[in-house]
Parts: sequence; structure tokens; C-alpha cells
Amino acid sequence: MNVNEVPQDPLHYKERDQLKKKMYAVDKDGKYTGVNSVGWEAENAATKQAWDEVEQSLAETEAKVKAGEMSPIAYFMEKNLMDLPLLAKYAGKWQWQVKKHLKPEGFARLSPDMMQRYAQIFNISVETLTGFGK
Amino acid sequence: MIVPNFEHQQHAHCESGVTANLLNYYKVPISEPMAFGIGAGLFFGHLPFLKINGTPGTTFRTWPGAIFKRVTQRLGITMHTEKFRTPEKAMEALDRALENHIPVGMQTSVFYLPYLPEAFRFHFNAHNLVVYGKEGNEYLVSDPVMEVATRISAEDLAKARFAKGAPEPKGFMYYVIDAPKKTDYEKAVQQGIKQTCFFMMSPPVPWFGNKAIFLLANKIKNYPKKLTQRKAALYLGNIIRMQEEIGTGGAGFRYLYAAFLQEAAEMMKRDDLQQYASELTKIGDNWRSFAYHAARQMKNRQTDLVSFDELSDLLRKCGDEEKVFFKKMEHIKW
Repeated sequence: MNVNEVPQDPLHYKERDQLKKKMYAVDKDGKYTGVNSVGWEAENAATKQAWDEVEQSLAETEAKVKAGEMSPIAYFMEKNLMDLPLLAKYAGKWQWQVKKHLKPEGFARLSPDMMQRYAQIFNISVETLTGFGK
Repeated sequence: MIVPNFEHQQHAHCESGVTANLLNYYKVPISEPMAFGIGAGLFFGHLPFLKINGTPGTTFRTWPGAIFKRVTQRLGITMHTEKFRTPEKAMEALDRALENHIPVGMQTSVFYLPYLPEAFRFHFNAHNLVVYGKEGNEYLVSDPVMEVATRISAEDLAKARFAKGAPEPKGFMYYVIDAPKKTDYEKAVQQGIKQTCFFMMSPPVPWFGNKAIFLLANKIKNYPKKLTQRKAALYLGNIIRMQEEIGTGGAGFRYLYAAFLQEAAEMMKRDDLQQYASELTKIGDNWRSFAYHAARQMKNRQTDLVSFDELSDLLRKCGDEEKVFFKKMEHIKW
């Protein structure tokens, strides 16, 4: 890639265009040099797609929480881009235990301590956690 | 507490960037491409059975921590490395080092670094940065992917250092204890090149090295038959992100490695290395072409057999050319 071929395609999405990454390209004398790039169309499409997937899935989960099929933990787990194994690690619980908390019945039986711990993991208040979807 | 004269430089990649910034502070002059090459950073791997967020793992670089370790070993630099049980202990140890005016490298998560654009902040735990000072409740951070040095609150840094999930940082930090006055770069360059050739050409399993490129090419050919449109698009998107998104310098580190070969050619006055650099640049251009077409296919979301076949062929071309390239480079006479 030559210096004048380094793409400068901005993506105005989640602050992406605020970071100009360093790329390596060849100048007119054939020498490698660093060039800042705001982004590339192909890379932007892949970034955007990954987030679209997250948001689509999050909207589906939100609907399930509102319909009483899932608990708010399931929503905030996804919102924080976590999956069950990762959330279990943060909570210091087994996966089968956290799995129960993803259901409204298991959520209703949570101790105040455990509720507090989940709120802390998601960086929200206990009220936000318990009140979600109501 | 601020380490005097610590200089932040932006680089393409976090680990080779941290290596360069730390060593330059200790008057061991080294560029990012040099660090990447001596540390044998270039690689390829595809693990269909190792799903990360539901997509198979693809990598263009060696495993985290390896670059730094190899560079310091090859240049005879004495390091201190440490992991911790609790954030309190880890932050205390960091403060102590800063009091002694030592810049400290560390492994962190990307998710808990508020200064990065949100678009990049997934749960990736093998990021590297240097902390070179503390003012009040804030740490001064030299993150190689950033244009300028930045700051982070103590709470956020502690979170980033103790993120969960593989590879778990556990507060891992490292700093230079002793650097020799004279270093033998030429020998280190040779060792780095030999190791890269070895890792690309010798793995007897299909998931690592040059063979893995063909494995992925075969998989892509079958995406329309085996996957839903949504999944196929996600799988392609993931390969593009690994190749281009965060800190590869373009073409999955191929340009960065070509820059290394060029610098080594000048240092050792060897025209053959310059020739290798030019060849790898062309191979890198082919990787970019693959990513460009993969992105078009991904956005299109049409399960069009012909274009998946073409994508597979584009990748196979990269694999064929790299096979010739590394086979030849393996036999360089030093």
C-alpha cells in the first residue's frame, strides 16, 4: 500500500472517527513510513456489523424481559457485552447458578447482597436493575 | 509523581508499541517494526472449534506477551514481571514503581478504558499500555494506539487490570530493571526471522501457520452451504476485524512486518531483505483486497455461491504466495 492509498473513510459511530490509527505504508522512494488513518470502508463495515448484531440481540432480550420471560440480569449482561461464562466469573458463581438468575423466578429470589453485586458489575444502581422492564 | 522524560509515541500495535516506548526510555533505540520483527510477531491461525462470541477464532499474530518476552530476551534486557491476587496489591505495587520513577507496562482489558472510542471497546483482555505517572486520583497513560498520552481514573485502571475472562490479566505488570549499554541487533533480527519462518511453516496441524490460511479458504467456500446468511456475514466480519480493526498497521500485520524487513535490510546492508520487504508488501496488498471483497459480500448478505468461491480463491492466493515467501526466507544464509 502506498502512502497516497491509505484510506481515510470516517465512521461516525460510537466515537470511532475520533481515533486516527497508525498504518504502515510505502512512500514515493519505496520507504515504509507511518501514516494516520481515520478508518477504512471495509473495516468500518465489519465494526458496524458487529455492533448491529449486539444491538439486535439486545432488543430481542429487552422484549423478553418486558414479556416476563427473562430477568433484567439477562438484559444488562448483554448490554455489557458479556456472555454467561464471563458474567459467572464476575459474579463469582457457577454458570448454572447465574443461568437461574437470568429467569424472572430466579431473579425474584436473589439476596440483597447478590443483587448489589450484580448492580456493581453492571455499574448501575440496584433500583435501575430491579426496575428495568417494569 | 511523574516519570521525567518519558516519551509517548503512537504505534500501530499495542504490544510492539509498548515494547518500543519502554525500551526507548532506557536508551535502547528500537522502532515498532523492529520490536515486532525481533519478537516474531507475525503469524496466522484459524481455530474453527474455538468460538469467541459465537464466531471461530482467527489470528494474524503470535500469542499475547510473546513479542515483549522475546525482544527483551534477545536484546539481553533484565525485566521484572509480576501478577497479583488483589487490585489493592496491584495498584500499590504500581504506585511504588512510579515513586521510583519507573515507567510500568501492563496488561489490561479494552472494555474498561474510557478514553478509547466505544466502537473498539469489546471484552478483549490482552491489551498493553504504559503508566508513567500519577496525579491525584488519575494515572498518566501512554497507550500506543492513541495519538497522544492520556489519563485514566484509579478505579477504571484497577477494573481494566482485573478484568475477567481469558486471557485474564490478574494485574500483570512489567518494567525494565537493567538494560545493557550495547546490544546485538543483528543477531536478534536473525533469531526473530528464523522463528517467524518456523512458526509459519512447521506446525504439523492444520490450525496454525501457513496451512491455516488454506483451512480458512476451504471453510469460506462452504459458508453458503453450511451457514445461515446472518452467520456467514458475521464470520466474514470477524475475519476482517481481526485483520484490520485494532492495531495491525494494515493487512493483518503484513505491512508492519515488511517495514521490519526493510529496516533490517538497511541496518545489515542486505539487499535480499529489501527484496523480501517488497514481496511482502505485495502480499499485504492481496490481503487488503481480500478484506475489501469480503466486506462487500458481508454487506450484500446475498448467499451468492460464486462470490464466496472467489473470496476463497483470493485467500488461497495469499496462502500460496506466503508459502513461497516463507519457504525462501527460511533458507537465508546469514
